[in-house]
Amino acid sequence: MDIVVCVKQVPDTTDIKVDPETGTLKRETAGTTMNPFDMYAVEEGLRLKEKLGGKVTVVTMGPPMAKEMLKIAIAMGVDEAVLLSDRALAGSDTWATSYAVAQMCKKLGYNMILFGKQAIDGDTAQVGPSVAEYLDIPCVTWVKKVREVSETEITVERMMEDGVDVVKATLPVALTVVKEINEPRLESLKGKMRAKKYEVPTWSLADVNGDPAMVGLKNSPTRVAKSWSPERKFGKAEMIDGADAAEKADKVFNRVKDLGFIK
Amino acid sequence: MAEFNKADFKGVWIVAEHRHGVLHNVSYELLGKGREIADQLKVELAAVLMGDGITPLASQLVAAGADKVYVVDNPMLKYFDDEAYAGVLAQLAEQFKPEIIWTGATAVGRAFFPRVSIKLNAGLTADCTAFELDFEKRDIMQIRPAFGGNLMAKIVTPERRPQMSTARYKVFKALAMDANRKGEIVKPEIKFDSIKVRAKMTDFIQELETTINIAEADVIVSGGRGVGSGDNFKIIRDLAQAINGAVGASRAAVDSGWVPYSHQVGQTGKTVSPKLYIACGISGAIQHMAGMQGSDVILAINKDAEAPIFSIAKLGIVGDLFEIVPALTERIKKG
Repeated sequence: MDIVVCVKQVPDTTDIKVDPETGTLKRETAGTTMNPFDMYAVEEGLRLKEKLGGKVTVVTMGPPMAKEMLKIAIAMGVDEAVLLSDRALAGSDTWATSYAVAQMCKKLGYNMILFGKQAIDGDTAQVGPSVAEYLDIPCVTWVKKVREVSETEITVERMMEDGVDVVKATLPVALTVVKEINEPRLESLKGKMRAKKYEVPTWSLADVNGDPAMVGLKNSPTRVAKSWSPERKFGKAEMIDGADAAEKADKVFNRVKDLGFIK
Repeated sequence: MAEFNKADFKGVWIVAEHRHGVLHNVSYELLGKGREIADQLKVELAAVLMGDGITPLASQLVAAGADKVYVVDNPMLKYFDDEAYAGVLAQLAEQFKPEIIWTGATAVGRAFFPRVSIKLNAGLTADCTAFELDFEKRDIMQIRPAFGGNLMAKIVTPERRPQMSTARYKVFKALAMDANRKGEIVKPEIKFDSIKVRAKMTDFIQELETTINIAEADVIVSGGRGVGSGDNFKIIRDLAQAINGAVGASRAAVDSGWVPYSHQVGQTGKTVSPKLYIACGISGAIQHMAGMQGSDVILAINKDAEAPIFSIAKLGIVGDLFEIVPALTERIKKG
């Protein structure tokens, strides 16, 4: 079973700053880490390998510094990691990124491709299903549990707003996973030692037979016209005081009633 | 990529969503916004309705503002299977060439729209909260939060058509239903032979714990670390029941196993925007606030007067939630 896990490097905090002059993100002020949702995909990849045998390869597309983030997965126990890094890819939107990641997957070969449900920076959740479409394979999103899996078929639970869909898919397949699926393991000592020495191979767009006309800012269908920090809606809360809980409850009840929530 | 002319693409489409035979409110909301944009552009507003045995729902989409409804009623569309829905929508868009296609940023919409955007070589913008029209260029500005709501971005699709987006619910206003509106119901031909479905839904399990879906609730009562245990969550549930709201939770409460993950509000849970959000024993981690700061009114109950939650709350009570929450429940029951 060849399992590819696609991960993304993201700022390690949501408290990001926007340059007021340009309206762009001050990424340099934040540290980086692996997208938290992708940790669940890495863990699920490792569990599937334990069950079925085979190999887990973690891939990302990004700047050279993303190698350090890939080493987190090596330390968790994956077999290999690969970085796709090329100036031509800069500014790619999800349409272009998905193409490049799909090319990577083609070069590696796969039976299963795993993704976190979305990245915490872009919050789009688009790359997983888009890669599946480029590769012409099925995709199940929001997977919270793998019920059964064989060399040819997988049955999973898909988390919807109102419950769970049970979905059966043929392999090869792409899955995007939610955090309920597992509890990611910690980096092992042995893994950390290996990660320290591990040389992450770096591929260029040409290495994955990528068409330069499909990637980069210029070829991306969508453009960011402007970005800005949203204004917080409220200032300081109106504090409700009272002699005891009953009085506070009474006052807040009246305020909430005035606002029309209690009929 | 085939050469194309922007002017060949006309019309605004809303892809209607239904689960278990009922149309989702977001479809009505998007028809409301779609009507406004279609009128400005002087083009048709159409709804796309895909499913099995769903034809009777089409008239409701007309009443909600659609000039035309493309109905694809086929047993192959009985359940939501990404490839089937994506295949049908892509065929329709290739045939009729709309300039805009929107659907709700729901579990369904966000799963299959990406596949359609790849099939059509079209741009896709996720989870939009506003749309503005650049009339001269006929470009729609797609406004969306990123970084868990800490950044807003205006996205444009200048050189591709259709312009595709998923849009958040409870943001746009539905029109008043008008049963006298006239609209055309069309049943286009679809080549089902060319659509592969390799992931099939075989069963649905209704979640028992969730009586009201937090993403759609008007009122949410949420508990955090301060609630202290799963048993203590009863006071949160009681208040939610009294005020006819849904139960939410912070990540701390979910990670402690007190409440299932489907109730989690915040960056790694659900983004909610109810009319009233009552935060009980939630200090206000930035990741939590990212998921609920769009609420109309936030009421925070916390024993720590310095808790960050009070900085975004409209109403605040400093005190012991084990006294205040039951007192509020009682007060509401008294009416």
